[in-house]
Amino acid sequence: MITFRPVADHAVLVDFADSLSDSAHRAVLQLDQALAAQPFAGFTESIPAFVNLLVDFDPFLTDHSAVESHLRTLLDHPAFATAQPAQREVLVCYDDDFAPDLAAVAHQTGLSREAVIEAHLGGDYAVFLYGFAPGYAYLGGVPKAIQLDRKPAAVRGVAAGSVIIAGPQCLVTTLTMPTGWWIIGRSPTRILTSDPARPFLFDVGDKVRFRRISRAEFAAFGQV
Amino acid sequence: MADAIFRTVFAGPHASIQDGGRPGVPASGAMDRKALALANLALGKDAGAAAIEISMGGLVLDCLSGATTLAIAGGGFIVERDGTRLGSWSTLPIKAGQKLTIRPGPWGSWTYLAFAGNLTAKQWLGSAATHALSGFGGGKLTTGQEIAVTETTQHGDAIGAIACPVWARPRQKLHVVLGPQDRFFSAEAINALLTEPFHVTSAYDRMGLRLRGPSLAPKAALSIPSEAILRGSVQVSGDGVPTVLLADHQTTGGYPKIAAILSDDLDGFVQLRTNDAVAFRAVTAAQAVQLARTRAAAVASVYAKTRDLAGR
Repeated sequence: MITFRPVADHAVLVDFADSLSDSAHRAVLQLDQALAAQPFAGFTESIPAFVNLLVDFDPFLTDHSAVESHLRTLLDHPAFATAQPAQREVLVCYDDDFAPDLAAVAHQTGLSREAVIEAHLGGDYAVFLYGFAPGYAYLGGVPKAIQLDRKPAAVRGVAAGSVIIAGPQCLVTTLTMPTGWWIIGRSPTRILTSDPARPFLFDVGDKVRFRRISRAEFAAFGQV
Repeated sequence: MADAIFRTVFAGPHASIQDGGRPGVPASGAMDRKALALANLALGKDAGAAAIEISMGGLVLDCLSGATTLAIAGGGFIVERDGTRLGSWSTLPIKAGQKLTIRPGPWGSWTYLAFAGNLTAKQWLGSAATHALSGFGGGKLTTGQEIAVTETTQHGDAIGAIACPVWARPRQKLHVVLGPQDRFFSAEAINALLTEPFHVTSAYDRMGLRLRGPSLAPKAALSIPSEAILRGSVQVSGDGVPTVLLADHQTTGGYPKIAAILSDDLDGFVQLRTNDAVAFRAVTAAQAVQLARTRAAAVASVYAKTRDLAGR
């Protein structure tokens, strides 16, 4: 059941579901792509999330109901097949000082440290949305065996580049920040590329694999 | 083509370079976008050009070399050049050896200082807007820092006044469209939002402003899947406390949004101070668009007048 909800004087939220599901997220990305291919007059921005798409518009040029009927037309004519997602690689070093929570994750899941790392490397990840802070790409696809609720309290000052997990989600941080997620490694891969033409490494929908690197390889990136 | 160099003698905690903002990610940009626009337009610049946003912490600048013209618009701040008091909304020439002091006055939380010339600032994704949390963009101002303005222009020796429109004053009556998650709140909570007064608390920064008032607790403790949010969303945490998300809001969030404030009301809203009262009034989406259009037309005509005056 798709629901259109007005947001202030300048946006419509298109809800595809109330809770997380792959089909809802696929529908969000499909509508986002269709809208990018066929925008309406007054379209300013669309922001995909897990189960909904926020569509922002200029109220001087259009209004909520005109936007809704444009979006309904796009939904009724699913002419745009979802583009093939790109495959991205993110490097990760699991050395102790980069992975202060690896032992706790191992303890709580009853796995060995190496088994936790293997499970993390074995996940099929996809970029669900960007959020929270610049470059925070939420990846879904953490294997069930290492899914844990977030910690009861956030830890402050977690270094940028930390690879953190909570539930089915994983992300690589881009800023030094507090987090209640489990810190299991550090990545030298830059999600914020500093390339103005392509400021973020991922597009929403991209597939992601992690590749393990040694401390020496990590150091070679000059980011220790 | 001349340059002017300034030194920050003192910068309050939230003085930063801001402009019209960047798309998404988050947008950042001026808290009071109309005041930024008027300061820029008074110098004949683009409405969204980079300028300095000044908080209640104030700002003191020495002009070390060169000369240019400044424009100030925003809250009712106290503005002095070499100890001589000027209007809160002014244009003024400044040259090497002179000092500009800006500190909080009778009203308002933010004011804008625009320069006739190009304010040199670091860009991120095509904008100098500073994202407070990450520091991306032009950055926060720190005491001792030098500020370069290139290609300066001068607009005469006279001190001028910029007219302060009534809509630039602090705004306590806020129009909202309910939702997009009003369904998670009881009729009592919606009623409380629309009939009871709320007050500005000191939990106020560029990310958001927490309000004090009756509890608006959602019907059930719930966690909705993180979704995109907009400036002006009224987000309610599990304990029933509403927060209005502002220029540096996080891009996504999982707390339910009971309502969203009309964009036009936000510029006046951010000029409120701790303990000021606000009242919410619900309008339909169609009414919201009508209101946005009427007000945008009024604002556009003041912008045009200000730009014309600068051209003379």
